[in-house]
Order: sequence, then structure tokens, then C-alpha cells
Amino acid sequence: MIPVLKVIAPGFHTTLQDQGRRGFQHVGVPVSGALDRNGYLLANALVGNTQGAACLEIIGSGPELEVTGSSARIVLVGSGGLEISGRDGLPIPSGQTAHLTRGEIVRVRLGGEAFCSYLAIEGGFEVPLCLNSRSTYTRAGFGGLSGRPLRSGDTLHGTIDDAAARAEVCLNDRRDLRLDQAIRVVLGPQDDYFTEDAIETLLSGVYSITPASDRMGFRLAGPLLEHKSDYNIVSDGIVAGSIQVPGSKLPIVLMADAQTTGGYPKIATVISADLPILGVRGAGCAVRFQSVSREEAEKIRRADYQELLNVISNIRVVSESRSIDIEALYNQNLIDGMIDANA
Amino acid sequence: MDDFRILPAADSALVIEFGSAIDRKISDRVLALAETLTSASLPGATEIVATFRSLSVNYDSLLTTGRELEQAITALAKRSDASSRIRKLWDIPVCYDPPYAPDIAEIAKTIGLTVAEVAALHAGTQYHVYMIGFVPGYPYMGDLPAKLRLPRRLDPRTRVPPGSLAIATSMTAVYPYESPGGWHLIGTSPVRFFDPDSAKAALLGPGDGVKFRPVTADEFSRIRLAVERNDYVPGSTEIAA
Repeated sequence: MIPVLKVIAPGFHTTLQDQGRRGFQHVGVPVSGALDRNGYLLANALVGNTQGAACLEIIGSGPELEVTGSSARIVLVGSGGLEISGRDGLPIPSGQTAHLTRGEIVRVRLGGEAFCSYLAIEGGFEVPLCLNSRSTYTRAGFGGLSGRPLRSGDTLHGTIDDAAARAEVCLNDRRDLRLDQAIRVVLGPQDDYFTEDAIETLLSGVYSITPASDRMGFRLAGPLLEHKSDYNIVSDGIVAGSIQVPGSKLPIVLMADAQTTGGYPKIATVISADLPILGVRGAGCAVRFQSVSREEAEKIRRADYQELLNVISNIRVVSESRSIDIEALYNQNLIDGMIDANA
Repeated sequence: MDDFRILPAADSALVIEFGSAIDRKISDRVLALAETLTSASLPGATEIVATFRSLSVNYDSLLTTGRELEQAITALAKRSDASSRIRKLWDIPVCYDPPYAPDIAEIAKTIGLTVAEVAALHAGTQYHVYMIGFVPGYPYMGDLPAKLRLPRRLDPRTRVPPGSLAIATSMTAVYPYESPGGWHLIGTSPVRFFDPDSAKAALLGPGDGVKFRPVTADEFSRIRLAVERNDYVPGSTEIAA
């Protein structure tokens, strides 16, 4: 446990997350883990971490962090960039690593496009494992850093004091957040609790994510979904992606911190490949749904994972002459109108 | 036995559903299959979550397919019948005194019993842990004696203190964490029901038996101190499932 960063300002909701906590759902423990699994995996890959290392998940507004180890290599994946105190020029964009030395202060400026962004550090953040995971579950207050979001004055620990000197790297192409893509679902397991009209409405309507959404579930506003009769079921299991419809007739998509069981019928389930695509959408974003078969869902998942591996294998060295990719910066709205999502 | 249907939860889980009722026979069937599937260690299956009347088998669609898993489960489910597992019967101390039981006086009045009779009725029944859910370690236990079955409160509390013993419909439960809750609070247990720092995490598991033992406020305080020193584990005996 080596102190690597000190929290000057915590940001709106910054938590440690990894691939999630598996094997305890039968005793009511949610999976947790990164809302955007792909962003999380890319962040770790960019700094050379093994899969499974803990990252900071940043929601709402970014933290300000001081390097307390000899040096650190960090990267932000999401939208926005890293402003480093005392350095001239433009911020380091999302998807590009940066090497910082003791005493330097980095300010994470979110672009506002992605609901959540990931900050990885070479070597990974180190906290004691809680039920086999470093993910923070704030509702029950365990995992991550004392089961809570970062606070000013916190010390973050890592595994290395001095990040090796080497060329900085970046993603070869700007990451497409696919904000307009329909979210694919498999109908069920309780689609038989809904009228035919309700199924058609779900698949043709446009919903929007309401501000009452969090890591547990995204509450949607839009056309109402009618139950055939009852909207209570005898509780059964829930997964990330379950779309439950309570008496309000409005869908709630359960996300990373979803409770393990629930008593509302689930009209459909978001396919695993599309959970990260939904996970990066914040309040106000539009959501459309499209129905696929389970077999298609599995095919899409495998193709999506292959695509992620391709993106990782195309990570390239940042050339000296263009250490900052101006075009990428324009694309990410970093130059005109840098905003924090909760400003 | 061919008493189930398998429903997809996209490419994340299979739901093996045995009807739609809260029923002890269905629960035993669910728990027996959970046991069979757990010991079968199906490749790609990541979690097996038992509920009142169904079993969720979560899987990683990069490692297996729903079709393969469905075939394996169907074969095993037809063979799995009664559970062979030895389960635990827990002896859980509870203080039913009104200061520890904010709703007990009102319930006693509603059903025409004294507070002591409500406590005796609740503590005189052996409960079955149907499932754990809602929050980590929250045990849904049943079935309550007919006289104690009441609908949920009309005004749910925003904060129920940890350790609260609660009843609603045919179920009783203990809140492991402070959380919102709409059940009637008829006691408090000094026991820790969930500890993320222990390997097993939850004290009770689906299929366990539970009996509550009334304790005085003094005993409650003594046990709570011992729990805080990590020096108390409630008594348990082994029972056939």
C-alpha cells in the first residue's frame, strides 16, 4: 500500500470500481463495478494494468488530485481531459496517458458527454479486497475506500511509487460513445405481464433518462407501459439490465448497483453488450429500445468484446510532434465550452 | 420432475421458474436445485440466486451460451428432487420490549392480544429462510402464524434501525442495515446478520431454520457488547432439510 494521490477536491461522485463483486448475490450483495465496463477496461489497458485493477469512476464533476508518490502515470477515459497545474497548453484529452511527478496537481475536467468517466493509474489503486472486489457499494457502505465516495483529504493508495519512464500512449481513434444507438433488449422474463401495446410502445417509444437516476437504476420518462392486470410479482432475481415496470408504468433499468431481487415484473432485459452503452448516458439523454433474440445478444457480446480487443491492440505511442491531438480536442468540446455536468 | 420453465434474462441469466406462489414445497424444490447446480459447477455460470419460486443462474456469455446452459440445467433439474443438505437451525435472541419494538403495542391492540402474547406467538414458531434479498443479508422468513399476518404499513419509514425485527404479510425479517422499510417493527436483535469482512458475509442462508428467543433488555445489552467485541455467535443446531 503506497500512497499515490491525495484528494484535494473529490468531485461530485467519485468511487473506486473494478469488474464487480461476484459470488454473493445469493446473500443479497449487488455486483457493483464500473457502469461503463468498456471505458474501465480501456483505462486499465492504456496504463498497462491487468484486467481487474481498480479505477476511479467519476460522475457529475471531476476530482482534483495531487501526486504524492515519486511519479504516476494516469489516464482518463470518458469525456473531458486532464489539466495539470503549472503546465502550459491544452489539457491532456481523454484516452491519452500522462506522466506526473510528486507535487503536481491534476484537475479532471469532464466534457459532459459521458455520464461516467474512468481514471486509471499505472499499477492500479489498492484497497483491501471486500468480498473479492475493490468496488464501492455506497448503500451498504462497504468496498472501495471505506464504502463511500472520495472526500477532500483522502489518500489513495497504489502498488508502485514511481511509474516507469516510457512513451505516452493513446487510443488510435476517438472512442464512439454511441449515444444515438438503440439499446438492444431481449424481451422477458415477465413480458407476459404486459399488454401487446405495452411491448410495442417499449420498442417504438423514445424515453429519456431522468435526474432521479443513479448507479442502482436509470429511471426513464416517456410513454406509459400498461400491465395486463397486476404490477406485483412474487420477488425473483434481478440482473444488471433488468427493465422493471412498477405501478407508475414507467420503466426503470437496473444498473451496476441493482438490488439482487425485486417484486416488479420485468418487461425486458438489456443485452450485456449494451450495458456500457447505456451506462455512459446521463440525465436528459434519449433512449430507444430494439428487440433481439438471446442468440443474437450472445453473438453481439462476442463481437463487441473482439472489437474492444482490437481497440486495445491499436493503442499507439503519442508522437512527439503532435503530443496533443487538436482534432480530438475539438471533437470532445474541450476547447470551446468546457463544462462540468453539474455546473 | 418437469415442473419448471426456463426464461431468458437477455444473455445475462436464465430464470428457472417453479410457479408463482410463496410455498414451502416450491421453496424446497428451488433450494434443492440450487444445491445440485452449485455442486455441478457449470462452466460459465457465475452465480446461482435462489428466490421464493425461482432460481436465477447468471452466466458470462463470453464463456458459454444460454442454450448450452439450458440443456445442462434441464437434465439436472429433472433428476434433482429433494435436498440432501443438512441445514442450520438458528437460535436468535430478540428483545420484544416496547422500547425495542416500536409497533408491537399497536399490533397487539389491532389483533386483540397483549404485547407478551404477540411476542410469545412470534417466538413460538420456527421459520424457514426462503431467500435473501432487498439489501445484503436481509432474510425473508416464513411463515408467520395466521394471527400475525398484517398488510404492510401505510406510511413506510424512511429509516429503520439495524437489527429491527419486522413482520408483514406472511413474512418476518431482520434489517441488517439501516434502510427504508414498510414492515411493522416488533423487536430488535443484537446479532450481526451481515458482515462484509467475514468470508461468508451473511449469517443466514436460504433454507436455514430460525427460532427467535425473547431476551430482556439487560441480556440484549450484554449480547450487543459481545457482538461488538466479535465475541458472540448465535447458537445453531443441524437439522435435516
